[in-house]
Amino acid sequence: MSAPTLSGERVRSAWGAMGRAWWGRLLLGLVVLTVAMEVADTPDLISQGSVGAALRFAAPILLAGLGGLWAERCGVLNIGLDGMMIMGTWTGAWAGLEYGPWAALLGGMVGGGILGMLHALICVTFAVDQTISGLAINLAAIGLVRFLSSLVFADLPGGSISQSPQLGDIPEVSVPGVEALLGPLAEGGVPVLSQAASLVLGVLVDVSLFTVLAAAMVPATWWVVQRTRLGLRVRASGENPAALEALGVDPLRIRWVALTLSGAFAGLGGAYLVTVASNFYREGQVAGRGFIGLATMVFGNWQPSGVAMGSLLFGFTDALRTRQESTVRALLLVAGVALLVVAGREVRRDRARRAASYAVVAAALLAWFLLTDTFPSEFVGFAPHVATLLVLALAHQNLRPPAALAVPFRRGQQR
Amino acid sequence: MSAPTPAGRWTAELLRARAERTGMALAAPALAVLLTVVVAFGVLQATGADAGQILSTTWSYGTSGSSLVAVLNKSVSYYLAGLAGAIGFRMLLFNIGIDGQYRLGVFAAAVVGAAVTLPPVLHVGLEVVVAMAVGAAWAWIPGYLKTSRGVSEVISTIMLNAVATGLVAYMLTPGRLAVSEEGSNNLHTPDIAASGWMPGIDTAWGTVHGFALVAAVVGLAYGLVLSRTRFGFELRASGMSPRAAAVGGIDTRRMILTTMMVSGAMSGLIGLPELLGSSHRYGLDFPAGLGWTGLSVALIGRNHPVGVAVGALLWAWLERCAQPLELVGVPKEVVTIMQGVIVLAVVVAYEVIRRVDVRRQQRLVGRAEADDPDGPDEPEPVASGAVAS
Repeated sequence: MSAPTLSGERVRSAWGAMGRAWWGRLLLGLVVLTVAMEVADTPDLISQGSVGAALRFAAPILLAGLGGLWAERCGVLNIGLDGMMIMGTWTGAWAGLEYGPWAALLGGMVGGGILGMLHALICVTFAVDQTISGLAINLAAIGLVRFLSSLVFADLPGGSISQSPQLGDIPEVSVPGVEALLGPLAEGGVPVLSQAASLVLGVLVDVSLFTVLAAAMVPATWWVVQRTRLGLRVRASGENPAALEALGVDPLRIRWVALTLSGAFAGLGGAYLVTVASNFYREGQVAGRGFIGLATMVFGNWQPSGVAMGSLLFGFTDALRTRQESTVRALLLVAGVALLVVAGREVRRDRARRAASYAVVAAALLAWFLLTDTFPSEFVGFAPHVATLLVLALAHQNLRPPAALAVPFRRGQQR
Repeated sequence: MSAPTPAGRWTAELLRARAERTGMALAAPALAVLLTVVVAFGVLQATGADAGQILSTTWSYGTSGSSLVAVLNKSVSYYLAGLAGAIGFRMLLFNIGIDGQYRLGVFAAAVVGAAVTLPPVLHVGLEVVVAMAVGAAWAWIPGYLKTSRGVSEVISTIMLNAVATGLVAYMLTPGRLAVSEEGSNNLHTPDIAASGWMPGIDTAWGTVHGFALVAAVVGLAYGLVLSRTRFGFELRASGMSPRAAAVGGIDTRRMILTTMMVSGAMSGLIGLPELLGSSHRYGLDFPAGLGWTGLSVALIGRNHPVGVAVGALLWAWLERCAQPLELVGVPKEVVTIMQGVIVLAVVVAYEVIRRVDVRRQQRLVGRAEADDPDGPDEPEPVASGAVAS
């Protein structure tokens, strides 16, 4: 009996297992990021501060994305997500001023939820086109918050028509002992390990309770959508509402419920902006995050975990841009390497054409990294949008949008 | 009881049907106006203002000569934006990217216009062509993604708007394509020489943009193309029933690409009244969000060239009326709410009335078939020659 040897076969299978396991991917990602930090000389790429900031930027996008997920899984397009988020910032700020910061959460949910119900009234009950309804809601929300601000905030001390007075803080929490344990390691400058420590520190130390809540919404949404009766009905309403109706459930009612939830999530994202990301309401604060939320949902293939991944990615780029512009250039390298990995995977699956298109994009990114010293910050602003377009263009075969998406449903309608 | 002659009965039915059709056609706008008035009244009540005084103040301000000229000038852009939205809507295409196409188009026109000096008409013509070409090229992307990759134009155009805004912001920096002005933080492109300006039309109350005439021509062309050409027929057919259009031999993919690009070319024109008529350069102070306005105006105008004009004028007039509202103690943001309410009211009213009308027609058919002693009509047997042709 021979001793087990480290044959090529075993190495390959071990490599494959690592690529599949979450810790393996995390490790690979960390190695790539560490190399990028060294090559591009950007020590702030992964630090406790940048990780914490990334979480703060990601949370509102995540909540908006989950809002989009609730709407689209029930079969209704929600372009009005941005307007619902805007509404959430105002109602959140108002409730926060009146009843304390925690009330801002409820206020944001109620404000967004009301617009979600308006969306349901227009495009579910009246069966008006869903895109048009969303457009009108965005328009109405902008006017509504300005109008309400001029009535309420303009007369308050420290407030104006475009800004509210300051709100109270939502407390931050840390996991005890982590900082003492990992702090020295994060500072120590050990490749990969220090970055891992910084990552853990950023996630576990001085995190707002609201961020924790937002993160908890990801498994919560997954569980409700995949494991409960309501979730099954929401999915059925998005895939085949006629079948749902035949089983005795009213798809219109399900869509009302899901759209109310969708608006509430978007409004909660708005409330996050006025309580954690800043501590007041300011006009234009949402800055199209509702649309980025929509993008993460497409990016994340209509899955809660995918939305979480997408919002972290977009939040991370956003955080880098605001913290230190020079770090952004390193992202070209990271994105290029990541795309090369994807291209390699496609080669192994014998999908040469797709592998080639990924490789071309990767090569372009790497060339850009090598040929320039600076990266214009304006480009980072639309990086999420370009990423979403690329995903839509290159990987659309892997995307599974709900089958009945954007199709208005009438009671008693045949397929 | 004497039975009426068949001919008399038909005439009576015909008249009643026509009256009902007219009634249905008027019902939707009436319902929309009613909805709007009710909400407007509610909003004004909430501010605690005197509705009569507001109406008289805004009316006298909004109908003054200078106001009318200002409204007309503003509505030129809105009309072009509305047409750009409408041509997409007629084909069930949502060109939400009007904003990005407008921005890139007018920016390119401003840069090219400032870089060259040509004889007057040629110069203006070049600017118009550049704006339309860039707008169309930017609109080609979502068209391509939709026809070759199946990507919904709603999502892709929203994303491309952000990209266009970022691109213009990148290029509009000192050292690239912008010049800055001392004592002002407005960045803008260099000034266009006078040969590249569009002369205005002087009236007693002010100067009307010369581009208003161009917009009128575009509106006329839109109406004629839709109703009188093969392209227009194919476009409307694709909008009413994509599947029937495809079966009828219409190349849906080509139609989507063409419509998207025509819409983009129109979007490129949106900024030109301002660029060629008054500012003569593109700056940070160019209005944003004209895409949303265009889609709203198209919805109000039901995609009809005249309706869109009415919508654009109404939109501009409401914005003009925002100024005197402040004087009577009403926040001017009421206007934005009113605009949103009008769009919603029109859309909902037309959908509800359409549904009522469908139900009415079904009832009529049902009654006619119940009256018919022979029972429901069998389809006429088709001669084999007709099938073969």
